[in-house]
Amino acid sequence: MLPDSRPRLRVAIVQTKPAKGRFAENLADVGDAFAQLAAWETPPNLIVLPEAALTGYFLEGAVYDLARDAEQFALELATSWQATNAAHPVDIVCGFYENASGTYFNSALYIRVTTDAHTILHVHRKIFLPTYGVFDEERFLSRGRDVGVFATPFGTAAILICEDVWHSLVPTIAAVKGARLLIVPSASPGRGVDGDGDFVSVERWKQTLSMLASEHGIYILYAGLAGFEGGKGMTGNSCIVDPHGRIVVQGDQTEACILAVDLDAREIDRARAQFPLLGDLSSVLTDLVNDLSSSLHTAR
Amino acid sequence: MIYPVHSIPLDDCRPPRLDAAVATKWLTAFLRDELVVRRNLGHAVIGLSGGIDSAVTTALCVRALGADHVSCFALPYRTSNPASRADAQLVADSLGVSLRTIDISAAVDGYLQVEADADTRRRGNIMARMRMIILFDQSAKLSGLPIGTGNKTERLLGYFTWHADDAPPLNPLGDLFKTQVWELARFLRLPAQVIDKAPSADLEAGQTDEGDLGLSYPRADAILSRMLDGVGDAELLERGFDADDVAIVRRRVDGTHWKRHLPTTAMLTNTAINEFYLRPVDY
Repeated sequence: MLPDSRPRLRVAIVQTKPAKGRFAENLADVGDAFAQLAAWETPPNLIVLPEAALTGYFLEGAVYDLARDAEQFALELATSWQATNAAHPVDIVCGFYENASGTYFNSALYIRVTTDAHTILHVHRKIFLPTYGVFDEERFLSRGRDVGVFATPFGTAAILICEDVWHSLVPTIAAVKGARLLIVPSASPGRGVDGDGDFVSVERWKQTLSMLASEHGIYILYAGLAGFEGGKGMTGNSCIVDPHGRIVVQGDQTEACILAVDLDAREIDRARAQFPLLGDLSSVLTDLVNDLSSSLHTAR
Repeated sequence: MIYPVHSIPLDDCRPPRLDAAVATKWLTAFLRDELVVRRNLGHAVIGLSGGIDSAVTTALCVRALGADHVSCFALPYRTSNPASRADAQLVADSLGVSLRTIDISAAVDGYLQVEADADTRRRGNIMARMRMIILFDQSAKLSGLPIGTGNKTERLLGYFTWHADDAPPLNPLGDLFKTQVWELARFLRLPAQVIDKAPSADLEAGQTDEGDLGLSYPRADAILSRMLDGVGDAELLERGFDADDVAIVRRRVDGTHWKRHLPTTAMLTNTAINEFYLRPVDY
């Protein structure tokens, strides 16, 4: 077991570029990444993979072919890590399509893996299922209903998937509930070539993540899926954002890659000392919630 | 004190801009992923007409695969303008790709012998479909894939032959307006002669796309891009667009939705393909 509240945490993001629907092949590719990470002189304590990391994102009806029970998926991931014969435990976050007794979700789980066992610490089910334009999630999937936070060796964390983060209220709830680390598995097709230097969608992601991290003084681990899916290209661009809102490392846009950073919990304290916005919010939150509640009642 | 005023017009009525570097990088990755990674094919087959669309498509394929893995074909009919063939050669030479000429006159005329009264539109469609047959056959011969060259403007205006120009399984330019393809051509440093000449389907002497359509590509693209963003016809006029231009574009777009779809299949079951039974193209 890792000691709790460790000030530093070595994090690796494994940006995957899966072949559509070929789960076993893609898991084998991730196994290669795990072997690479396990061989490091100081291996990571936490590994994060994207949304739909082992199947591809746009599955349509094939989601019913490929969705798995969380326990089964955890076992498959844990077995892959244990195959590296790594001596130390690791935590893994990975997005997957979940079959929960016939109800289907776009989920991401957080597991702790030791040499001979594993435990699911948290499963987040995507709340905001984009169903507009090119997106069609709610045709095939059900919505998650809550923003859960959970304890990690680095402190309290939360997982939010892709569009969950585009509604600033959702990460705000996670931060208010104590999250100091926000993990964001994502799959974002690039669009908007009338910008300046990058896709408009990519620029929007960078602005959103930077703003959220600096507003709440949190680390954000953004794991983006890569690869083309029927003409729609996922803009990998995995990144790690520090509590000041700075993107400290960023991955490739089109290929699989690994990002690695040591997070320092003291940086969170320093950022919050400089801009105590989360503390300010907490002090007036009851008033705001009451105001919102009365507005919602009036609207009804 | 006179306050400085900062303002912008309601609409500049310009066609959409393009970050050509971003588009080039992305389309190159698209071609490499779709051909090599997904299909395990390493060869692109392109009909090089001497026009801007096929020139840009060829340049992107060269970036993605290398010139040795791109085969171009000039497919003239006996009435085609010889200058088109010369421009195709200019593009091929500038990119270092092979260019083979296959004259489609005998194949087209073989059918027209029994349909001698076919008008220009029918003849153009027959030529376009004959070119499609050849590109697919050459792809089979070369273990490659035909690459489409159609742009978003002609797709939206229905200015193409169904199951011909739109038939290749990959199309890198289909989400770019014609004016954006020109931007891309300049970024890719294609020969100025090809960029600057008036686009033409080259089905009869003196024909140009813009003459056929009744308005220029920049004006069409400016209107199309706003229509697709949800700006209605009345609002387009308020923004300063020409009423005749808007009417032409609206009529062509609304009259050609069918050309942008696969054939209509009668649905009889709960498992109708692409209605209930939904699997992605790359599954």
